[in-house]
Amino acid sequence: MNKVMDIKNFYFTYAKAPKPSLKNINLPIYENKVTALIGPSGCGKSTLLRSLNRIHDLYPGNKYEGEVLLKDLKTEEMENILEYKKENELINLRQRVGMIFQKPTPFPMSIYDNISYGLKLMGKKNKSELEDKVEEALKDAALWEEVKDRLKDDARGLSGGQQQRLCIARAIAVEPEVLLMDEPTSALDPISTIAIEELVAKLKDRVTIAIVTHNMQQASRISDYTAFMYLGELIEYGSTEQIFLNPKEKRTADYIAGKFG
Amino acid sequence: MRLLINKIVLFLSTLAAVLGLIFLFWILITLTIKGVSALSIHLFTNDLVNNGLRNLFIGQFILALIAVILGVPIGMAAGIYLQEYSFNNKFASFIRNLSDVMMSAPSIVIGTFVYAIVVNPVGHMNGWAGAIALAILMLPIVVRTTDDMLGLVPKELREAGVAIGAPKYKVIFNIIIKAAKVGIMTGLLLAFARIIGETAPLLFTSGNSQYFTLNLNQEFPSLTVAIYTLATMPDKHLVEIAWAGAFILTVFVLIINLLGRYITKEKK
Amino acid sequence: MEAIFKKLSALSATTILLILSAIFVVLFIYAKPAVQKYGIHFLVDPRWDVSVSLNKNSANNTPNTVNKNMSDNNLNSAPIGENDADVLAALGETNTQSSNNTETIYGGLVPIVGTILSTILAMFFAVPIAMGISIFLAEIAGPKLSKPVGIAIELLAAIPSIIYGMWGLFYFGPFVSHLFGGSSVSLLVAGLVLGIMIIPFMSSLTRDSMNTTPEVLKESAYAMGATKFEVIKDVIFPYAKQGIIGSMILALGRALGETMAVAFVIGGVFTFPKKIIDPTVSIPVVLANNFAESSGISLSALFYLALILFVLSFIVISFAKFYFLRNKK
Repeated sequence: MNKVMDIKNFYFTYAKAPKPSLKNINLPIYENKVTALIGPSGCGKSTLLRSLNRIHDLYPGNKYEGEVLLKDLKTEEMENILEYKKENELINLRQRVGMIFQKPTPFPMSIYDNISYGLKLMGKKNKSELEDKVEEALKDAALWEEVKDRLKDDARGLSGGQQQRLCIARAIAVEPEVLLMDEPTSALDPISTIAIEELVAKLKDRVTIAIVTHNMQQASRISDYTAFMYLGELIEYGSTEQIFLNPKEKRTADYIAGKFG
Repeated sequence: MRLLINKIVLFLSTLAAVLGLIFLFWILITLTIKGVSALSIHLFTNDLVNNGLRNLFIGQFILALIAVILGVPIGMAAGIYLQEYSFNNKFASFIRNLSDVMMSAPSIVIGTFVYAIVVNPVGHMNGWAGAIALAILMLPIVVRTTDDMLGLVPKELREAGVAIGAPKYKVIFNIIIKAAKVGIMTGLLLAFARIIGETAPLLFTSGNSQYFTLNLNQEFPSLTVAIYTLATMPDKHLVEIAWAGAFILTVFVLIINLLGRYITKEKK
Repeated sequence: MEAIFKKLSALSATTILLILSAIFVVLFIYAKPAVQKYGIHFLVDPRWDVSVSLNKNSANNTPNTVNKNMSDNNLNSAPIGENDADVLAALGETNTQSSNNTETIYGGLVPIVGTILSTILAMFFAVPIAMGISIFLAEIAGPKLSKPVGIAIELLAAIPSIIYGMWGLFYFGPFVSHLFGGSSVSLLVAGLVLGIMIIPFMSSLTRDSMNTTPEVLKESAYAMGATKFEVIKDVIFPYAKQGIIGSMILALGRALGETMAVAFVIGGVFTFPKKIIDPTVSIPVVLANNFAESSGISLSALFYLALILFVLSFIVISFAKFYFLRNKK
């Protein structure tokens, strides 16, 4: 099994915060697997996820320490993404590590333009190639049938569940190596949630997924590995089966049993 | 290439911001330098006829104050209607939009209107006309402020008031307006700051007077109108007096604005 | 008591409607003599306070007189008689038609063109700078810088316009004429001063609209690998489009009706600016400079101009309200 990302001795401190929000995190992310991050609110799981594409850099003063390694697909070498300084390195990183947010984030443009946006950013201009890629991405996100007749419509006219699948399609259109999902179903109804979960299961053949979730059933349903975090620390990591059926740490067991949350 | 465009655009934006700020601070700096150098006690103790500004400050203040007395009750009542009584019917949203449009009506047109309905029938310019013009200017601002601020009061507060058995107008006066007091006060302060610096609607309504007077039936002293006249005089000294007046007016307006901000901040 | 108060507050709300309609009606009544005398031709007649002979044979009485215009005016000029007598009397009519077959013509074209040109100039100057400032405040500057600068901009928007005018007259006008030649009072100076005056207003409104873009939407574009400029262009602008355009139109409305910032620096002469550095006049300035000394038909012509300005700005502002800023409530 290959690690596509590897987090080593990682600390993260928010701007002006007196102490780090994440402490000594060590976590591998295996290729073509789904890794779930669980834990009570405020435990740092979203903060960790948001470190993996360095989206924290949008706000000044945040500090990373340690290593977050990402495998270069061509050279197979692990690169520390925390060493990226130049803007184009960050842009490149974000094209390789996509992200889905809690709330659907359709851009204020048409469905077609939303999907092709990332491709255009990468410099793809060929119209028929773009059309093919858009169709492929929408099919992969199980949205094609619903929107194929209204690709020119404003994406904000879609339902919440459709919008979230649109965002997934938009993210996978650029063929990232890793897809980060930050509670992608927390704003959705149960039926849309199931659709997204099925999508995650389907997509993992093509892309490695790290997902933050509040919902433990969801973690147990869709993930291969689970990391339990508490108060900024990684308490336990293992295969999902082991974490849920046979947790080693008492806090993990208590959390999974619903004793706190 | 993308990064280059990005850099260029961000640089141009920053440049535009710097350029804009340069102009704006240029204005403030000249105003301060010219204003401060022309300041003297003499200006505060003498009227325009003796090259002082005393009667002008008082006159301008009185005009704005009367405008407040005329405009605020009507404006607040209208705002209360829109927020508390109208249930957002068609008429209310029509009035709301109309009030916003009125807020942007050219102030000189308000001046011509007041000239037609007050000055012309009376036969000469007078203080009341100026105050009425300012009141009309202020009215939509007061409506908007009251409407917005009452809108921020939680619905539960109204329901609780009614549940105690108070009639609606009492709930409005004793509870809702109190809850929105800070916001409304700030809004009124800003409206006051806005009208006290107005010139155009006074030019041919209250005009100006060289002498100290409290008689609103005559032409009434106005700082802004005087600045306009003095600044275009060939006499250097009169121009300096105009700068002093402009400086004091600006300082006054800015202080009221800062005060408004401070009050809002304290509340939060 | 409750019923009385309710009625009273509804009445107050109606006052807004009453005042606005009254402005329209009163301006129209006072403008009526001029409206009847000059008709719609007023809008395209460049002559202001020009004496022309009523006798067709002496058409070349004044250099500004054009034969064709004159005959038009002859047709329109006859009936200042019975029906308007009272209004004219109220205006203190001083008989504009002197006995020796001449009359004074008032046409609004020069101030109308002056108003429109100075506003367009102001917008050309202000829009890029205001956009730059709001982009800078909303996206480039950190909170440490953007907060004080933002407050400064808002305070500058509160400064009375007469201050901008004075500064224009004594400092900016000479500066511009030094740079571009021409007089220190001109259409160019007026447009630029007007532009500078509306910059703070426009940029604080635009920044507010840009700030309504949800943080997560911007993050999500950055997460796709977009640059800051691309996020601004593709996400923030489309998202805040209505508010941004609305704020531009509101600023335009302000420039259109502004008196004091322009009165000092436009020159106040009734000629078309052949070059941008020539002086001209705008409607508010005509009103400000001539209202107190006018009577009779010239006063009526001024009311005609005021009516035009009122209707013009009413249309512009309503347009902004109903098309771009409607979802606010």
